[in-house]
Amino acid sequence: MSTGTAINNWRRQARGTFVIAKKNAILYYLKPPVLIFGVVFPIFFFLSFKMGRPIPPEAIVPGMVAMALWFTASAVGPLVTPWERRARTYERLISSPLSLRAILAGDVVSGLVFGAGLSVIPVVLGLVLTDAKVVHLPLVVGGIVFGAMSFASLGVLLAAPPASSPSNIMLLSNLVRLPLLFVSGIFLPIAEMPGWARWISPISPLSYAGDLLRCGFGQQPYFPVWFSLLALIGFTGILFYGAQIFHRCWQAKGL
Amino acid sequence: MTAVIDVQKLTRGFGELTAVDRVSFDVQAGEIFGFLGPNGAGKSTTLRMLTGIIEPTSGAATIRGHDIRTESLAAREHLGIVPEEANVYLDLSVWRNVMLMAELHDVPRRQRVENGRRLLDELGLYDRRKEKARSLSKGLRQRLMLCSALVSEPEILFLDEPTSGLDVHSARLMPTIVRQMNEQSLTVFLTTHNMAEAEEMCHRVGIINGGRIVAIDKPEELRQVMKSHHSVVLCFETEGVDPEQLRSLPGVTDAKSEDAGFLRLYTEAPGHTATQIVRLADTNGWNISEIATCKPNLEDVFLQLTGENDTAK
Repeated sequence: MSTGTAINNWRRQARGTFVIAKKNAILYYLKPPVLIFGVVFPIFFFLSFKMGRPIPPEAIVPGMVAMALWFTASAVGPLVTPWERRARTYERLISSPLSLRAILAGDVVSGLVFGAGLSVIPVVLGLVLTDAKVVHLPLVVGGIVFGAMSFASLGVLLAAPPASSPSNIMLLSNLVRLPLLFVSGIFLPIAEMPGWARWISPISPLSYAGDLLRCGFGQQPYFPVWFSLLALIGFTGILFYGAQIFHRCWQAKGL
Repeated sequence: MTAVIDVQKLTRGFGELTAVDRVSFDVQAGEIFGFLGPNGAGKSTTLRMLTGIIEPTSGAATIRGHDIRTESLAAREHLGIVPEEANVYLDLSVWRNVMLMAELHDVPRRQRVENGRRLLDELGLYDRRKEKARSLSKGLRQRLMLCSALVSEPEILFLDEPTSGLDVHSARLMPTIVRQMNEQSLTVFLTTHNMAEAEEMCHRVGIINGGRIVAIDKPEELRQVMKSHHSVVLCFETEGVDPEQLRSLPGVTDAKSEDAGFLRLYTEAPGHTATQIVRLADTNGWNISEIATCKPNLEDVFLQLTGENDTAK
């Protein structure tokens, strides 16, 4: 294949990714499971954590943003594929001239946009209602974008098992997301967590996104900034690669 | 003519079951090829392999020269697909459903808008373009699927039981549109249970049973295979006609009584047999109320080749 043809193919697949992301946004952003697990869940988690505890409000803003991002960005992926399998529209996508990679990339982009877009709300609330200040804007933006990318990839990976009911996949996704939430330094800084939790926290992408956001809001990070960025990129790559493999493996079973 | 679909020993297993077993055939450019078979024969599995939905276990197939395994994206660029179940996006409008498929096929904006308007108009959906697909009846959803499949101007259209369970109007409109498109060089691969539809529409048919191809030919050629299934159907006004005399006429191989006093005589030369029947009736003073010669139809061929006749018996 010539370089020109390869570039044209790549452009075409990229446009397809955008089409899939647009379709997901129109169809799934306002679906009840996305709103419940992506928006309502983190709000009540935050309230249950904050109420009655003597913590300065500005100290918990980065954690609040990270948690909102974690739930929102990873909420879209687990809904889209099972929903489309059940409606049999998934067959239309995989029989179109789009690669599985482009289709899954579209799902990741829609999760990323949903997560990053909604994370603006806790950022603005934190800045307006508390004394929190953004000290390093690029780190806040980087934490949100790279964090959303890896969380959305996790969501797409979790959508791979051949379940035709979205609720089964949502349960599976919460089985993974909830335990990781508690070892990622959201409610308690990683440095203050028990030893076993400090050992586990590096396996969660939320630890690095939370750390970048904490640093962006002028707090002390646990990991070096460069390491957190690299870790989030690495998580995105690994999770997305895994998503492609598992979706391909289970493609026929899920139809 | 050149083969736009070339299938060689295509096989697909599901665990212990071989759903499609070394199936080989080709479809020529501009042809309407019917793929017939009883439920579970492997029709849809074959179609799903050719359209990239599932992978073959072994064998090969090319679409416009592109291998469906190694060049699946290039192969799928040429396809439009109308599945048996109209899997439209229920929460998207009619217009957005069509545009989505056009965008997935990377059809330029102006072209997709023009094609979308024209097709929705031809299929009687333009006035409902702003409504959600959820509000459409089954027949209209299937028409929408056809619009979505054709909006990218595919070279090959795959239709999986396209008129199954549709209202009369939709069931007539769909084949008409497909034939019109075929006259403009569209190649059509059609799976159907509807023998009349296959007979009327298809240039050639392949019959599959138990995962294997049992016959491929033009419908008229397949009918010729069944010479012994030509028949003369008749009914007498007179009572007391002796069927044994009719059964013993030269060339008559079998006779069956049918509903409403009709008698069917199987013969390889129905015209000659009819003449003999009229002579015999004249001699015996029997009044014939109705008489007709019948060729075997595709359904007879299908039932014979798939062994369903025996099952029915």
